[in-house]
Amino acid sequence: MNPLELLRGLATTLSMMFERPVTYQYPEIKRPVRERFKGRHELKRYDNGLEKCIGCSLCAAACPADAIFVESAENTDEERYSPGERYASTYEINMLRCIFCGYCEDACPTEAIVLEHNYELSFTNRRDAIYTRDMLLVPAPEHGRPTPMVTAPREFDRSIPEMADPQ
Amino acid sequence: MGIETKLGNLGAVTTSLQKAVGWSRTRAMWPLLTGLACCAIEMMASQAADYDMSRFGMELMRASPRQSDLLIVAGRVSRKMAPVLRRLYDQMPEPKWVIAMGDCCSCGGVFNNYAIVPGVDEIMPVDVYIAGCPPRPEGLIHGILTLHDKVMAEKLA
Repeated sequence: MNPLELLRGLATTLSMMFERPVTYQYPEIKRPVRERFKGRHELKRYDNGLEKCIGCSLCAAACPADAIFVESAENTDEERYSPGERYASTYEINMLRCIFCGYCEDACPTEAIVLEHNYELSFTNRRDAIYTRDMLLVPAPEHGRPTPMVTAPREFDRSIPEMADPQ
Repeated sequence: MGIETKLGNLGAVTTSLQKAVGWSRTRAMWPLLTGLACCAIEMMASQAADYDMSRFGMELMRASPRQSDLLIVAGRVSRKMAPVLRRLYDQMPEPKWVIAMGDCCSCGGVFNNYAIVPGVDEIMPVDVYIAGCPPRPEGLIHGILTLHDKVMAEKLA
Protein backbone atom coordinates (compact mmCIF):
# COMPACT_ATOMS: atom_id res chain seq x y z
CA MET A 1 0.00 0.00 0.00
CA ASN A 2 1.16 3.44 -0.92
CA PRO A 3 1.58 5.65 2.17
CA LEU A 4 0.84 8.70 0.04
CA GLU A 5 -2.70 7.39 -0.57
CA LEU A 6 -3.15 6.87 3.13
CA LEU A 7 -2.20 10.49 3.73
CA ARG A 8 -4.59 11.64 1.02
CA GLY A 9 -7.39 9.79 2.71
CA LEU A 10 -6.53 11.31 6.06
CA ALA A 11 -6.38 14.75 4.45
CA THR A 12 -10.02 14.30 3.36
CA THR A 13 -10.95 13.37 6.92
CA LEU A 14 -9.10 16.38 8.24
CA SER A 15 -10.72 18.78 5.77
CA MET A 16 -14.17 17.49 6.76
CA MET A 17 -13.45 18.56 10.33
CA PHE A 18 -13.78 22.18 9.26
CA GLU A 19 -17.04 21.74 7.34
CA ARG A 20 -20.35 22.70 8.86
CA PRO A 21 -22.43 19.77 10.17
CA VAL A 22 -25.28 18.80 7.89
CA THR A 23 -27.69 17.72 10.61
CA TYR A 24 -31.05 19.48 10.87
CA GLN A 25 -31.55 20.20 14.57
CA TYR A 26 -35.12 19.00 14.26
CA PRO A 27 -37.12 19.71 17.42
CA GLU A 28 -35.53 23.13 17.80
CA ILE A 29 -35.21 24.13 14.14
CA LYS A 30 -37.84 22.84 11.77
CA ARG A 31 -36.96 22.58 8.14
CA PRO A 32 -39.76 24.12 6.06
CA VAL A 33 -41.54 21.56 3.91
CA ARG A 34 -42.26 21.96 0.23
CA GLU A 35 -45.27 24.00 -0.81
CA ARG A 36 -47.13 20.94 -2.04
CA PHE A 37 -46.25 18.73 0.93
CA LYS A 38 -49.22 16.70 2.10
CA GLY A 39 -49.56 16.63 5.85
CA ARG A 40 -52.42 16.95 8.28
CA HIS A 41 -55.78 17.98 6.81
CA GLU A 42 -57.59 21.22 7.45
CA LEU A 43 -61.18 22.12 6.71
CA LYS A 44 -61.22 25.59 5.21
CA ARG A 45 -63.67 28.47 5.47
CA TYR A 46 -64.83 31.26 3.21
CA ASP A 47 -63.89 34.85 3.97
CA ASN A 48 -67.27 35.49 5.64
CA GLY A 49 -66.66 32.60 8.07
CA LEU A 50 -68.93 29.98 6.49
CA GLU A 51 -67.45 26.50 6.25
CA LYS A 52 -66.59 25.30 2.79
CA CYS A 53 -67.48 21.69 3.55
CA ILE A 54 -71.01 20.86 2.44
CA GLY A 55 -71.01 17.31 3.76
CA CYS A 56 -71.25 15.58 0.38
CA SER A 57 -68.98 12.63 1.42
CA LEU A 58 -67.14 12.62 -1.89
CA CYS A 59 -63.86 12.65 0.06
CA ALA A 60 -64.96 9.58 1.99
CA ALA A 61 -65.82 7.84 -1.28
CA ALA A 62 -62.49 8.75 -2.83
CA CYS A 63 -60.43 7.70 0.19
CA PRO A 64 -58.50 4.50 -0.62
CA ALA A 65 -57.96 3.71 3.06
CA ASP A 66 -61.54 4.50 4.24
CA ALA A 67 -60.09 6.94 6.74
CA ILE A 68 -62.82 9.59 6.45
CA PHE A 69 -66.27 9.48 7.99
CA VAL A 70 -68.78 12.21 7.13
CA GLU A 71 -72.31 12.67 8.37
CA SER A 72 -74.31 15.61 7.08
CA ALA A 73 -77.22 17.58 8.46
CA GLU A 74 -79.52 20.27 7.09
CA ASN A 75 -78.61 23.94 7.21
CA THR A 76 -81.25 26.44 8.19
CA ASP A 77 -81.10 30.23 7.96
CA GLU A 78 -81.20 30.43 11.75
CA GLU A 79 -78.33 28.01 12.15
CA ARG A 80 -76.13 28.09 9.10
CA TYR A 81 -72.74 26.40 8.95
CA SER A 82 -72.08 26.30 5.23
CA PRO A 83 -73.69 27.63 2.06
CA GLY A 84 -76.34 25.46 0.45
CA GLU A 85 -78.57 22.81 1.90
CA ARG A 86 -76.29 20.68 4.01
CA TYR A 87 -73.20 20.82 6.16
CA ALA A 88 -71.00 18.15 7.74
CA SER A 89 -72.30 17.64 11.24
CA THR A 90 -69.72 14.93 11.88
CA TYR A 91 -66.40 14.89 10.11
CA GLU A 92 -63.80 12.45 11.33
CA ILE A 93 -60.44 11.47 9.87
CA ASN A 94 -58.47 8.63 11.36
CA MET A 95 -54.91 9.90 10.99
CA LEU A 96 -53.52 6.41 11.45
CA ARG A 97 -55.51 5.14 8.46
CA CYS A 98 -54.90 8.14 6.25
CA ILE A 99 -52.06 7.65 3.78
CA PHE A 100 -51.90 11.37 2.86
CA CYS A 101 -52.45 10.70 -0.83
CA GLY A 102 -54.55 13.82 -1.37
CA TYR A 103 -57.41 12.09 -3.21
CA CYS A 104 -59.87 13.77 -0.82
CA GLU A 105 -58.46 17.13 -1.87
CA ASP A 106 -58.99 16.21 -5.52
CA ALA A 107 -62.49 14.90 -4.92
CA CYS A 108 -63.71 17.91 -2.95
CA PRO A 109 -66.05 20.07 -5.06
CA THR A 110 -65.63 23.13 -2.83
CA GLU A 111 -61.91 22.79 -2.03
CA ALA A 112 -62.85 22.51 1.62
CA ILE A 113 -60.32 19.88 2.63
CA VAL A 114 -56.66 20.76 2.16
CA LEU A 115 -53.65 18.75 3.24
CA GLU A 116 -51.51 21.22 5.10
CA HIS A 117 -47.98 21.13 6.37
CA ASN A 118 -48.17 19.57 9.83
CA TYR A 119 -46.42 16.22 10.01
CA GLU A 120 -46.06 15.86 13.77
CA LEU A 121 -48.63 13.15 14.24
CA SER A 122 -47.77 10.70 16.96
CA PHE A 123 -50.18 9.29 19.48
CA THR A 124 -49.93 7.12 22.56
CA ASN A 125 -53.44 5.89 21.98
CA ARG A 126 -55.25 4.88 18.81
CA ARG A 127 -58.34 6.81 19.81
CA ASP A 128 -56.40 10.08 19.87
CA ALA A 129 -55.63 9.61 16.19
CA ILE A 130 -59.25 10.26 15.21
CA TYR A 131 -59.44 13.95 14.41
CA THR A 132 -62.90 15.38 14.71
CA ARG A 133 -64.52 18.26 12.87
CA ASP A 134 -63.59 20.76 15.59
CA MET A 135 -59.93 19.77 15.42
CA LEU A 136 -59.77 19.92 11.64
CA LEU A 137 -61.72 23.13 11.09
CA VAL A 138 -59.63 26.28 10.84
CA PRO A 139 -60.71 29.24 13.01
CA ALA A 140 -62.92 31.87 11.41
CA PRO A 141 -60.99 34.55 9.49
CA GLU A 142 -60.84 38.17 10.62
CA HIS A 143 -63.76 39.47 8.60
CA GLY A 144 -65.89 36.43 9.21
CA ARG A 145 -68.24 35.33 11.93
CA PRO A 146 -67.99 31.96 13.63
CA THR A 147 -70.46 29.26 12.68
CA PRO A 148 -73.36 28.58 13.22
CA MET A 149 -74.57 31.96 12.07
CA VAL A 150 -77.95 33.52 11.40
CA THR A 151 -78.31 34.56 7.78
CA ALA A 152 -80.95 36.23 5.64
CA PRO A 153 -83.28 33.87 3.78
CA ARG A 154 -82.17 32.90 0.25
CA GLU A 155 -78.77 34.53 0.79
CA PHE A 156 -76.74 31.33 0.62
CA ASP A 157 -78.83 28.89 -1.37
CA ARG A 158 -76.04 27.60 -3.58
CA SER A 159 -73.76 24.86 -2.29
CA ILE A 160 -70.86 25.94 -4.48
CA PRO A 161 -71.11 29.73 -4.38
CA GLU A 162 -68.79 32.36 -5.76
CA MET A 163 -67.38 33.60 -2.48
CA ALA A 164 -64.00 34.92 -1.57
CA ASP A 165 -61.35 32.86 0.21
CA PRO A 166 -59.72 34.30 3.31
CA GLN A 167 -56.74 36.44 2.37
CA MET B 1 -39.64 -1.66 40.18
CA GLY B 2 -40.89 -1.85 43.70
CA ILE B 3 -38.12 0.00 45.47
CA GLU B 4 -40.58 1.92 47.62
CA THR B 5 -42.34 -1.28 48.61
CA LYS B 6 -39.07 -2.21 50.33
CA LEU B 7 -38.15 1.22 51.63
CA GLY B 8 -41.58 2.64 52.39
CA ASN B 9 -42.75 6.06 51.26
CA LEU B 10 -39.66 8.19 50.95
CA GLY B 11 -41.26 11.05 49.01
CA ALA B 12 -38.51 13.24 47.66
CA VAL B 13 -36.02 10.38 47.33
CA THR B 14 -38.27 8.26 45.13
CA THR B 15 -39.38 11.18 42.96
CA SER B 16 -35.80 12.25 42.29
CA LEU B 17 -34.81 8.61 41.73
CA GLN B 18 -37.72 8.31 39.36
CA LYS B 19 -36.47 11.34 37.46
CA ALA B 20 -32.95 9.91 37.31
CA VAL B 21 -34.22 6.55 36.09
CA GLY B 22 -36.42 8.20 33.47
CA TRP B 23 -33.57 10.41 32.37
CA SER B 24 -31.14 7.51 31.99
CA ARG B 25 -33.72 5.39 30.19
CA THR B 26 -34.53 8.06 27.65
CA ARG B 27 -30.95 9.14 27.05
CA ALA B 28 -29.74 5.72 25.95
CA MET B 29 -32.63 3.95 24.29
CA TRP B 30 -31.18 1.72 21.66
CA PRO B 31 -33.54 0.61 18.93
CA LEU B 32 -33.55 -2.83 17.41
CA LEU B 33 -32.26 -3.02 13.85
CA THR B 34 -35.43 -4.18 12.14
CA GLY B 35 -37.33 -2.97 9.15
CA LEU B 36 -40.25 -4.58 7.45
CA ALA B 37 -41.08 -2.30 4.54
CA CYS B 38 -40.87 1.20 3.16
CA CYS B 39 -41.06 2.91 6.57
CA ALA B 40 -37.67 1.37 7.26
CA ILE B 41 -36.19 3.58 4.55
CA GLU B 42 -37.33 6.65 6.47
CA MET B 43 -36.03 5.06 9.66
CA MET B 44 -32.62 4.70 8.01
CA ALA B 45 -32.84 8.32 6.88
CA SER B 46 -33.54 9.47 10.42
CA GLN B 47 -30.56 7.45 11.62
CA ALA B 48 -28.24 9.01 9.03
CA ALA B 49 -26.42 12.34 9.15
CA ASP B 50 -29.28 14.62 8.10
CA TYR B 51 -31.48 13.86 11.08
CA ASP B 52 -29.09 11.89 13.27
CA MET B 53 -31.03 10.07 15.94
CA SER B 54 -27.84 9.74 17.98
CA ARG B 55 -28.68 13.22 19.23
CA PHE B 56 -31.33 11.46 21.29
CA GLY B 57 -29.09 8.72 22.63
CA MET B 58 -29.88 6.30 19.82
CA GLU B 59 -26.25 6.03 18.94
CA LEU B 60 -26.61 2.82 17.04
CA MET B 61 -29.20 0.25 16.15
CA ARG B 62 -28.54 -3.06 17.80
CA ALA B 63 -28.80 -6.12 15.60
CA SER B 64 -29.53 -8.32 18.59
CA PRO B 65 -32.85 -8.00 20.43
CA ARG B 66 -31.08 -8.81 23.69
CA GLN B 67 -29.17 -5.54 23.50
CA SER B 68 -32.02 -3.26 22.53
CA ASP B 69 -34.66 -1.31 24.44
CA LEU B 70 -36.89 -0.08 21.68
CA LEU B 71 -38.61 -1.90 18.86
CA ILE B 72 -39.54 0.38 15.98
CA VAL B 73 -41.97 -1.61 13.89
CA ALA B 74 -41.41 0.03 10.53
CA GLY B 75 -43.64 -1.30 7.80
CA ARG B 76 -46.61 -3.56 7.29
CA VAL B 77 -46.67 -6.72 9.40
CA SER B 78 -47.72 -9.74 7.41
CA ARG B 79 -49.31 -12.76 9.06
CA LYS B 80 -46.17 -14.70 8.31
CA MET B 81 -43.88 -12.08 9.86
CA ALA B 82 -46.02 -11.61 12.98
CA PRO B 83 -44.69 -14.62 14.98
CA VAL B 84 -41.12 -13.61 14.10
CA LEU B 85 -41.71 -10.09 15.33
CA ARG B 86 -43.36 -11.35 18.50
CA ARG B 87 -40.36 -13.55 19.13
CA LEU B 88 -38.01 -10.60 18.71
CA TYR B 89 -40.15 -8.66 21.16
CA ASP B 90 -40.08 -11.51 23.66
CA GLN B 91 -36.29 -11.70 23.44
CA MET B 92 -35.83 -8.05 24.34
CA PRO B 93 -34.99 -7.44 27.99
CA GLU B 94 -37.25 -5.36 30.21
CA PRO B 95 -37.89 -2.45 30.21
CA LYS B 96 -38.81 -2.34 26.54
CA TRP B 97 -40.90 -0.07 24.38
CA VAL B 98 -42.55 -0.39 21.02
CA ILE B 99 -43.17 2.31 18.43
CA ALA B 100 -45.58 1.52 15.62
CA MET B 101 -44.19 3.62 12.83
CA GLY B 102 -46.49 4.42 9.96
CA ASP B 103 -50.06 3.59 9.13
CA CYS B 104 -49.74 -0.08 8.24
CA CYS B 105 -48.42 -1.34 11.55
CA SER B 106 -50.57 1.09 13.52
CA CYS B 107 -53.91 -0.13 12.22
CA GLY B 108 -53.44 -1.85 8.89
CA GLY B 109 -53.57 1.45 7.01
CA VAL B 110 -54.59 1.09 3.41
CA PHE B 111 -54.47 -2.69 3.56
CA ASN B 112 -57.64 -4.65 4.16
CA ASN B 113 -56.81 -8.21 3.29
CA TYR B 114 -55.97 -11.63 4.68
CA ALA B 115 -52.21 -11.22 4.51
CA ILE B 116 -51.64 -8.14 6.66
CA VAL B 117 -52.08 -7.96 10.42
CA PRO B 118 -54.45 -5.05 11.12
CA GLY B 119 -52.12 -3.26 13.50
CA VAL B 120 -49.11 -4.59 15.34
CA ASP B 121 -50.94 -4.07 18.64
CA GLU B 122 -52.71 -7.34 17.84
CA ILE B 123 -49.50 -9.13 18.78
CA MET B 124 -47.67 -6.80 21.19
CA PRO B 125 -48.35 -3.73 23.32
CA VAL B 126 -47.56 -0.49 21.50
CA ASP B 127 -46.48 2.70 23.26
CA VAL B 128 -46.51 5.26 20.45
CA TYR B 129 -48.25 5.26 17.09
CA ILE B 130 -46.89 7.50 14.35
CA ALA B 131 -49.14 8.51 11.49
CA GLY B 132 -47.83 8.94 7.98
CA CYS B 133 -47.30 6.78 4.96
CA PRO B 134 -44.40 6.74 5.58
CA PRO B 135 -43.79 9.38 8.26
CA ARG B 136 -41.04 11.87 7.58
CA PRO B 137 -37.84 11.39 9.59
CA GLU B 138 -39.02 14.39 11.62
CA GLY B 139 -42.25 12.51 12.22
CA LEU B 140 -40.33 9.55 13.61
CA ILE B 141 -38.24 11.82 15.81
CA HIS B 142 -41.43 13.46 17.05
CA GLY B 143 -42.73 10.00 17.90
CA ILE B 144 -39.54 9.21 19.77
CA LEU B 145 -39.85 12.45 21.74
CA THR B 146 -43.46 11.53 22.54
CA LEU B 147 -42.17 8.20 23.84
CA HIS B 148 -39.54 10.03 25.89
CA ASP B 149 -42.28 12.11 27.51
CA LYS B 150 -44.18 8.92 28.26
CA VAL B 151 -41.14 7.20 29.78
CA MET B 152 -40.31 10.27 31.89
CA ALA B 153 -43.84 10.19 33.27
CA GLU B 154 -43.60 6.52 34.26
CA LYS B 155 -43.82 5.70 37.94
CA LEU B 156 -41.32 3.39 39.56
CA ALA B 157 -43.79 1.14 41.36
